[in-house]
Parts: sequence; structure tokens; C-alpha cells
Amino acid sequence: MIVAHRKSIPELIEILTGHNKVLVLGCGTCVTVCLAGGQREVGIIASALRMASKLRGQALEVEELTIERQCDNVFIETAVEAVERNDAILSLGCGAGVQAIAERFSDKPVYAGLDTTFIGILEERGIWTEKCSACGDCVLHNYGGICPITQCAKQLLNGPCGGSREDRCEVRPDRPCAWQLIYQRLKDIGQLDRLRKIQPPKNWSTSLDGGPRVIVREDHRI
Amino acid sequence: MNSEAFEPKILAFCCHYCAYASADLAGTMRIQYPPNVRIIRTPCTGRLEVEYFIKAFEQGADGVLIAGCLEGGCHFIEGNLCAKRRVNAARDLLAEIGLEAERLRMVNVSAAEARPLAEHIKDMVQTVRRLGSSPIAANTTSITENLP
Repeated sequence: MIVAHRKSIPELIEILTGHNKVLVLGCGTCVTVCLAGGQREVGIIASALRMASKLRGQALEVEELTIERQCDNVFIETAVEAVERNDAILSLGCGAGVQAIAERFSDKPVYAGLDTTFIGILEERGIWTEKCSACGDCVLHNYGGICPITQCAKQLLNGPCGGSREDRCEVRPDRPCAWQLIYQRLKDIGQLDRLRKIQPPKNWSTSLDGGPRVIVREDHRI
Repeated sequence: MNSEAFEPKILAFCCHYCAYASADLAGTMRIQYPPNVRIIRTPCTGRLEVEYFIKAFEQGADGVLIAGCLEGGCHFIEGNLCAKRRVNAARDLLAEIGLEAERLRMVNVSAAEARPLAEHIKDMVQTVRRLGSSPIAANTTSITENLP
């Protein structure tokens, strides 16, 4: 899922300066799961904005709404009436959601209430970890399902670097060395021979190169 | 409203297994505590969420007190420890909003500790009285008006 965290209330108040009626729009998908922009967080942030604006001598009217998914026009349509009632939208969706909302409502200011951070998983309760860099050319099959691009601080395809100490990363001692994990995993599944092959430089043209990436599936077009 | 006449309105979320019972015991033992608190019984303080505290302040509470079991003595093992973390997060959020974090406080008592609970309540009332009326409370519906 996409993982995000909220901006601070003073920052949001500054972003919303000049508006009187704001719709705080939550998203029921990834940001709900990472506890950043779902219905509960919409309620908290809306209340916080009402109180903070009041304390700053403003009278911000804040409406709350959470839709199923902000990155899909079918669900965005369910927000039309609420959007029309307000001067601006504070989206608690991920970056994709914010932009989808802005594209749909071209005459309304749309602001991001969250800092979208990474694609990751819930490692344990309250801890989310980045797992994928969306590089566009997945190499996980070579590394026992552990991504050296995301997990290794140096993004080494032919590791380890030699700096790890007692299986900890030398750049981030609080994190395990990705190459230690890769070695152990390949050993466990009997594929250590994969490491004998020197990997050539990665093709980064599939990553953020030359603008946004687009996938076209003719078989799904109508 | 001058500060002398100011009587804080404090919402107290009390755990069924400890603080609520100790408040009851305080009544049985004729132990006085300030009538500024409006007690809400909860099955466990671990049931409480950050939005409960924030909404309480938005609706005009001058202070919010969370009273849970002694650490290590939670009926649900660690509900009070969850509540402690949420209270800390809510205090940080209050500071971001511009309200004094001291208006929100968690205390721990056992079901037998009527007197300590009364002292906690007195101390909370004193703290909030010193801070003054919540600036949010002005022009909001009094929480007493919402009571049945």
C-alpha cells in the first residue's frame, strides 16, 4: 500500500489561509490502512483545524467526507455535492488521490493534507516500512524476494558492500543489512548460486525518467 | 468571566474496572471531590481514541481526564498502556492546535483507591483553573447543555 503521514496543523492552517469553507476529504483505501487519511483521521484533522483556526482569530468552516477511493473517478463523483459547498478541498489522499481530485474539480483549489512517503507494508503495529521503489524493472526474482534497491542503503545489485556490522547496515545501524537478508533467504531456498552471476547496471529508464510513466493496455481499452 | 468565578468543566473518562469503581467507592466513603468533573464510564481506557479527546475539547471541555488502571493491572492486560500512548499523541496534537497540553491528563488508580482518585481530580481542577477557561469553549454549546 501507499504510506503517508499527515502534515502538521500549523502547516495546514497556513496552506488554507484565505479560505472560509474547506472540505477535508479522506480516502478509504491505502491511507485508511496506514492510519493517515481515513474517516477517523478526517474527523481528527477537521476538529483540529476548526479549533486551531478559531484560536488564530479565523472562522474556518470545515466539512468532513471520506470517499472509497480518491484515485478513481467513479468514487470521486460521490464527492461532487460536498465539493460544490466549499471553497477549497484539503485532500487526505495520497499524491495520486490529490491530483485526481484536482483534475476532476478544475475550478477548486485542492491541497494535500498528507506527505505521501512510500510504498510499504505494516511491519508491526504502528510501524510501516518501505518495501518497493516502483523502479519499473523488478529484480526481486534474483534476490530471494528482498529488494536491494529499496532495502539496501546503497542500492547495490552486487552486494554486500563490506561495511555491515553484525548484520546491521552501516548507513542505518537501526536497520538490518539488506544483503545479509538476501544471502540468508537465498541460502534458505537453495538458490545461493544466483549470487554467482554479476548483475549488469540496472536499466533506470523504466524509473522516473522523462516524465510520468504510462501503461497502456489495449485489451482493456474501450 | 473572571478567574475567581471560573469553574472548569472537565470530562473524565473512567475505566469500568478501576477509576469508575473508585469514584463509586469515594461516594460510599463520603470522600469529597470537586463537582467539576463529568464522568463517562468506559469498558477500558484502551477503548478510547484520540478523536474522543479532541472532540471533547472542540465541544467545550476545559480539561479532559483519563483515569485507567494501574500499569500492569489492566483487566485487558495492556489497554491502559495503549491509552497512555494515545493520550501522549493527543497532547502533541493539542500543542499543534495551540491549546495547552496540560488540559489533557491520564492518571492511574486501582478500584480501591478512592482517595488518590479524589486527589487526582482536585489536582486536575486546580491545573485547569490556573490555565483558565478553554479559548475553544467560548461561543460553543456548553457540554452541560448536552447532558441528559
